[in-house]
Amino acid sequence: MILREGTPMKYVLMFTSEPAADAATDPEVAKAVYGRIYQWFQDNADKIDENGAELQPVETATTVKSGGLVVDGPFNEAKEVIGGFSVIDVPDMDAAVALAKTWPSLELPGIAVEIRPMVVDYSQFE
Amino acid sequence: MTTRSSSDDRLATTLREESGRLVAALYRRFRDFDIAEEAVQGAVVEALTAWRRDGTPDRPAAWLTTAAQRNALDLIRRRGRQEALAARAEPSVERGGTDDRIALLFACCHPALAPEARLALTLRAVIGLTTPQIARAFLVNEQTLAQRIVRAKRKVVSTHIELRVPDPSELPERLGDVLAVVYVMYNEAFVSSTGRTQDRDLGADAVWLADVIATSLPDQAEAWGLAALLTLQHGRSAARFSSDGDLVLLRDQDRGQWDHTAIDRATGMLERAASLRASGPYQLQAAIAACHAEAPSWGETDWLQIVALYGALIRQDSSPVVRLNGAIALAQLGDRQATEALADVDRLADRLDGYHLFHASRAELLRLLDRDDEAAVADRRALELTTNEAERRLLQTRLRRHPLIDGS
Repeated sequence: MILREGTPMKYVLMFTSEPAADAATDPEVAKAVYGRIYQWFQDNADKIDENGAELQPVETATTVKSGGLVVDGPFNEAKEVIGGFSVIDVPDMDAAVALAKTWPSLELPGIAVEIRPMVVDYSQFE
Repeated sequence: MTTRSSSDDRLATTLREESGRLVAALYRRFRDFDIAEEAVQGAVVEALTAWRRDGTPDRPAAWLTTAAQRNALDLIRRRGRQEALAARAEPSVERGGTDDRIALLFACCHPALAPEARLALTLRAVIGLTTPQIARAFLVNEQTLAQRIVRAKRKVVSTHIELRVPDPSELPERLGDVLAVVYVMYNEAFVSSTGRTQDRDLGADAVWLADVIATSLPDQAEAWGLAALLTLQHGRSAARFSSDGDLVLLRDQDRGQWDHTAIDRATGMLERAASLRASGPYQLQAAIAACHAEAPSWGETDWLQIVALYGALIRQDSSPVVRLNGAIALAQLGDRQATEALADVDRLADRLDGYHLFHASRAELLRLLDRDDEAAVADRRALELTTNEAERRLLQTRLRRHPLIDGS
């Protein structure tokens, strides 16, 4: 893959949390953080694609597995669950990390934001 | 065990001087990190064979550049990356400047890469070591290492880790990652008892790199701190091993064998660091090493100063080994302090019980307190933990340049 200067790079940020830690959070604190999250999307509108989403809680998850088996619950057993994702448009990894670091929830325990580059250049698979 | 010739030294110096520049320059040129790194690695391998056979060329930098560029074009053709040719701005590869070498270093040490990967990539791309050389130096299986490097480069490319010196707000933290790699390079390489990894002196390479970093980022106090620390440790290294290859403790070392020019140079670096008024663990470790380096003998060492420095260091780095070393220094001040030191050390038992030097240190402290029977028990325990002859030899040849029980 050619990392041409200015090659559009898209990354997905997956916002995860631990439901047990979420439940233990003071409601006032949670509300304040949520307000800052709203602001975060405003402040970074120029970098955030409209194709992101906040997901409904993990209790609403259903998974279809290999062979077509449908089960209740998320795809894995991990205590961390995905709460939402954003597609961001930034020049390189440093910019992606810098943006992810400003995610307001990170001041709370049990939070993790995964950064994964999107496939934009299919020639890398040739 | 190969002994190194002066041509090997010249080879090593040229390779580390040129490798990083070349990788950066080829990357800027063709915008393909993998091709840039492979091309230079290929040139390094070619140079090792050709220069040993035919002697070092008159213009080694030009030789390497030509070889690396030829490899790059070859790789581009073979991989069908013709679009990289379109990215070419000028007909010849420009020598990357010093800044670019540092930018490459920050990319190789990026936090997105696993720590072992950072070390391996830095050694290849920045220092110009080959995979077999790295494998030998760190006792890693060559295949594993090769895979590790492939994965790391893939990550650099797929996530687009750019070659750049981080912004000022990120710089101290990112520099910490870089300095940690250089520190491991110096302290963790397995060397023969003559202090050399056969054909490369990795210790000298680490000292060189620390110096390059400090010179390139002169307002970063910890960069000077690490450069001072490694220069001091390396400056004392000639006295660490006897002619039989046995480890010589600091208290027994012939201080006349120390490189006092290097020690003076290190003192200058420490002063430079201090003037920036931003203390940190490397500066503190360097200051402790400087205390030892300035003392004409073990008996005339300023232990009070060293104890004070360990006090400050432990506040920043409370790892068990640091606390162990701090306790040994404390014990040198007298019986009351030795008793206190022993209590400090005993508190570390649950974490260090499997570490033979923990028991050797306890033995040392017990002897200072005239508790010889208990000292003997501790010594036996230390020996038990190193009864495996191969492990004992390994421990001896693993040149741990952490200040240990003797501060050496």
